[in-house]
Amino acid sequence: MSANIIQINDIRRDFVVGSETVHALRGVSFGIAPGEFVTIMGTSGSGKSTLLNILGCLDTPTSGDYYLDGVSVRTMGKNDRATLRNRKIGFVFQSYNLLPKTTALENVELPLLYNPTVSSHDRRKRAMAALEEVGLHDRMSHRSNQMSGGQQQRVAIARALVNDPVIILADEATGNLDSRTSFEILTLFQRLHAEGRTIIFVTHNPEIAEFSSRNITLRDGHITEDKVNTDIRSAAEVLAGLPKEEE
Amino acid sequence: MNYKNLIKIALRALNNNKFRGFLTMLGIIIGVASVISMLAIGQGSKRSIRAQISEMGSNMIMIHPGAERFGGVRQSASSMQSLKLEDYEAIARDADYISACTPSVNSSGQAIYGANNTPTTMYGVNEDYLSIRKYAVGEGEFFTDADTRKAAKVCVVGKTVADKLFPNGQEPLGQTIRFNSIPFTIIGILTPKGYNSMGMDQDDLIIAPYTTVQKRLLAINYIQGIYASALSEETSAEAIDEMSAILRERHKIKAGDEDDFSVRSQEELSSMLGSTTDLMTVLLACIAGISLLVGGIGIMNIMYVSVTERTREIGLRMSIGAKGRHILLQFLIEAVIISFAGGIIGVLLGVGASVAIKYVAGWPIYIQPYSVILSFGVCTLTGIFFGWYPAQKAAQLDPIEAIRYE
Ligand SMILES: Nc1ncnc2c1ncn2[C@@H]1O[C@H](COP(=O)(O)OP(=O)(O)O)[C@@H](O)[C@H]1O
Ligand SMILES: [Mg+2]
Repeated sequence: MSANIIQINDIRRDFVVGSETVHALRGVSFGIAPGEFVTIMGTSGSGKSTLLNILGCLDTPTSGDYYLDGVSVRTMGKNDRATLRNRKIGFVFQSYNLLPKTTALENVELPLLYNPTVSSHDRRKRAMAALEEVGLHDRMSHRSNQMSGGQQQRVAIARALVNDPVIILADEATGNLDSRTSFEILTLFQRLHAEGRTIIFVTHNPEIAEFSSRNITLRDGHITEDKVNTDIRSAAEVLAGLPKEEE
Repeated sequence: MNYKNLIKIALRALNNNKFRGFLTMLGIIIGVASVISMLAIGQGSKRSIRAQISEMGSNMIMIHPGAERFGGVRQSASSMQSLKLEDYEAIARDADYISACTPSVNSSGQAIYGANNTPTTMYGVNEDYLSIRKYAVGEGEFFTDADTRKAAKVCVVGKTVADKLFPNGQEPLGQTIRFNSIPFTIIGILTPKGYNSMGMDQDDLIIAPYTTVQKRLLAINYIQGIYASALSEETSAEAIDEMSAILRERHKIKAGDEDDFSVRSQEELSSMLGSTTDLMTVLLACIAGISLLVGGIGIMNIMYVSVTERTREIGLRMSIGAKGRHILLQFLIEAVIISFAGGIIGVLLGVGASVAIKYVAGWPIYIQPYSVILSFGVCTLTGIFFGWYPAQKAAQLDPIEAIRYE
């Protein structure tokens, strides 16, 4: 169990809105081992984003324990959590969140700018390597507004990879993309998984679960299902089966 | 996180919004430029007034008959005759804090030579007058004690008078001119001093022995004034006290009673005019300072807009590891860069404007190094001060809400 990258025990999260209390998470527990590709599913409002924010050290649970890479997060201060995010976590958002008018390379370098142990030379080298990994070696100096949605999300994934995180957290990462591009991004995630990365992918789309190694289903702040997927579909094959894009 | 990276981030953000950055800077530019040029004008006129006062004489102290009165109250004729030659002699003999001293009587009138004439003033003084008023004899010589003793009809003329009476380049030395019908032989010509700051021609005068002016021209037995030089600027006050004491004793003025003469010194005049220009400088600088303040508010305004506009960016930066102080510093550095760059441009513009004022309008200007450093420092502080609040607001954003912000 201590070998788990993520270990949460009876996590609860309450939001106080006016005089009412919203119980977004009502006791969630699981462990995630290195190399897993987990999808967290559930309808809108089931608590997926709340859970992901806690896993991503952006939010702290009302109660329950959280160990990230063996370190207890719950008692950490704001600044320590910021450092933790910087070194151990890679975020991918639904709406990419690239800096406007900024090149792909600079966007990917961004997390390393907040890490004083990385020299500017290293920063550049690692950003270029990350962009190569997501297949954008020829788009490095393109500005974010000159790229398609799929390309922008690849840049965002490169940004999540550049600090060599112990876990990649994606919240509806394909939510803004058409189905073909979604499969391209899924192909990329599957490749990263194959290379040994640990990924948590939040989605409300059950189809995406078929491409991951483990599926956790949330409902009203409870886990209703947690199963290992033995029959993983290949996104690359689905992509090959799709009708070719008109030129 | 080192400052180099933060500065890089801030510069990138400014680069993305060049025009807006420039407009924000404009407030600071105008503020700094006006502070610098206003102070340059104020200091320039102060310096020129001081220079003109000091060219009037060397630590000069002037004594006139009659009590010091304000508002032009008329004084009786007898009170205007209270200074006697013996008073001068007593001062010249007993006062220790003065280096030179002369009685003074003067008469305005018409100087005539042949067909040429000019209105001017004749000053009856002794040879100390030259050092007190910083005159020098250019050609010829000054009159001697012997001339004074026998009330000789000799004179030394200023350049303006010489030019008026001898327009065709004749040699004035040795010629006899008439002043109010009395003949005077020219024995010297003063080195020209030009106009003073109040536009007065300092070469439009004739100097003669005081005995001659007193007896032959005015037929009076009193003197109209005493001029003296204090040993130094610092001892000017002691010299005044000393001379007043001598005069009060001679005039038998009881303790507590008013003087029947008035003493003015150059330092007094200089500091009086100096304080007037100081006041003017302060007023000008205040107005300029207000425009700097307005510039600072402009920075605050734009930084606020910028923080709101970039809420998502702030959220993103926080989620990938930026701490609150990184965000604070990023925006603060941005504000400081705006005000700093505005300060540099403002200084250049202010110096340029001052120089332009000097050459176009001919006003005296003086740019004090401290005013440059001061306005530079003030505008950087303005950037920090007005950038702080918006930057603080940015740093306190909740990353989860910020990144969802639409
Ligand atoms: N900051 C918040 N304040 C109050 N309620 C919140 C807040 N964030 C989430 N919630 C509530 O918590 C529940 C779960 O939300 P969320 O985790 O965003 O769901 P999902 O991502 O699965 O759609 C919802 O009922 C939502 O209204
Ligand atoms: Mg959500």
